[in-house]
Amino acid sequence: MIQWARDVWEGVWTVLVGMKITWRHLFTSSVTLQYPEEKWQLPPKSRMRLFMKYEDCIGCGQCARACPVSCIYIKAEKRPATSPAIFAANGQPIKLDVSVFDIDMSLCCYCNLCTYPCPTFCLYMTPDYEFATGNLTEHLYRFAKKDAKFLMEDPKKKAAPAGAAPAAPAAPENPPASPAGAAGP
Amino acid sequence: MDFTYRLLSNIVPGFATLPDWLAIALAAIVPASVIIMFMALGPIVYVYAERKIAGFMQDRLGPMRVGPYGLLQTIADAIKLLFKEAIFPAGADKVLFVIAPCLVVVGAFLGFVVVPFGSNLQAADLDVGVFYVVAVSSLSTVGLIMAGWASNNKYALFGAMRSAAQIVSYEIPAVMILLTIVMIVGSLSLQTIVAAQSGGLPYWFLFRYFPLMPIAFLIFFTAGLAECNRTPFDIPEAESELVAGFHTEYSGFFFAMFFMAEYTEMFVISAVASVLFLGGWQSPFPWAWTQGIGPVGFGPLWLIGKAWLLVFVMMWLRWTLPRLRVDQLMYVAWKVLLPIALVLVVVVGGLVIWPPTKDGFFWDRWVGWPLTAGLVLSLLYGLIAARVWNARRVRELAA
Repeated sequence: MIQWARDVWEGVWTVLVGMKITWRHLFTSSVTLQYPEEKWQLPPKSRMRLFMKYEDCIGCGQCARACPVSCIYIKAEKRPATSPAIFAANGQPIKLDVSVFDIDMSLCCYCNLCTYPCPTFCLYMTPDYEFATGNLTEHLYRFAKKDAKFLMEDPKKKAAPAGAAPAAPAAPENPPASPAGAAGP
Repeated sequence: MDFTYRLLSNIVPGFATLPDWLAIALAAIVPASVIIMFMALGPIVYVYAERKIAGFMQDRLGPMRVGPYGLLQTIADAIKLLFKEAIFPAGADKVLFVIAPCLVVVGAFLGFVVVPFGSNLQAADLDVGVFYVVAVSSLSTVGLIMAGWASNNKYALFGAMRSAAQIVSYEIPAVMILLTIVMIVGSLSLQTIVAAQSGGLPYWFLFRYFPLMPIAFLIFFTAGLAECNRTPFDIPEAESELVAGFHTEYSGFFFAMFFMAEYTEMFVISAVASVLFLGGWQSPFPWAWTQGIGPVGFGPLWLIGKAWLLVFVMMWLRWTLPRLRVDQLMYVAWKVLLPIALVLVVVVGGLVIWPPTKDGFFWDRWVGWPLTAGLVLSLLYGLIAARVWNARRVRELAA
């Protein structure tokens, strides 16, 4: 009998305890994010959609070889000697005509390995993650352009008097990449 | 209905010369349409409220997409349900399958007849109102069993069996509690019960015979919760064990009818509980102006407010408590609620006839109200003292 009364009291009391907890939660603010209107604050190094600046590509193909899922397709051929000299933004001369530069984002595993070997830093990941499409083939991004405006003179030479100091520390960074770049094509 | 009858015979010239059957039918249309409106539109409000409350209690937002703050969500859901195909499972008893949801809805619907929304606003002031409520609310059990049987599905049948066992068990403590009220008032009419609680908050039956009637209210509310198959007593539809219980096989409009019946029953049970214990359509304040003026006044607002408060508590409980096991359910009904209810019947019956004072408030005046006041004051003191003590402790720790 005493045990029974204790059980009943405990039952009623624990219900009240539970109700107190839910009552408190009734007034705590919600954790829901109203997605299309509100968006996540992404970390600065988030790895989302790949972007490639075609004007800076020298066509070395290191990114394609680094890709573990082989989702980058490059076709490049030697620039004719008659055509004018063009340069990437960091001053590397572009010696190959890149006719095809395709990235299949439906295959991409977002490992970011392709961006490290790029000697001109023209391939990088953007924080843009909203690129779902209804058609799988729309995930094949074609970056090669017919009407690309290349730099016609060496930007290093142009900025040499003013930018000598910043160019010097940048130089040690390039050499490790350039031997591999030389071996590439 | 009497009110509309009198109203019509005053307004419409020649209404008294109509044959009786026609006059009564015309007078019945008004309350009937009001009830139907409550029945059809109520669930839209309750479902929205339920989903919002569920969301807030789980630190979510609930429906937000359809309309501002998701206000049109339930309307969209209702339209979707209406346009869905009604599927009849193979081997189902088609006639019973169709009748069952109708019966459940009728059971919930009929309860409205005696709910007094005001001194005049009652579809019918039956002399056996309390008895009628009990009788009619068990009608939906028949519908549930019928639905379970006609579905030709083991889960549906399990749910139906459980609901039958549950409702039959929980009706008994509920009726015992009704008996205590009926003994105090000496009448089964809901209007008389409301009139017996006039005078404001302390005269509500919730606070009569102080430690006794609050317990009675708890028992009645728990039993009511079980009778409308709400969590923690929702084992008839227990979605994690029985798919959806008795309405597993129902779709479209028939499913909507079960839903409508559940929410209507929630409202009816809450309204009856507030009529029996919370003074019905009477205002909780002793001042006359809070009751409003005219034949209707604020009566419906008070009653609906009280009923919605109880509906809110039901929803609150739903998102607090887990479901009971079948044996726990039976334990609660037969070994906890029923013995306490029986003791209450005996003790309240004794207090009604003894001591034989003029107004019958002897116990309340000398024991009940002082005890209530003392308890409330000591609770307040405890809360404030805890606050103060906490603040002092924080200051000491900071120093």
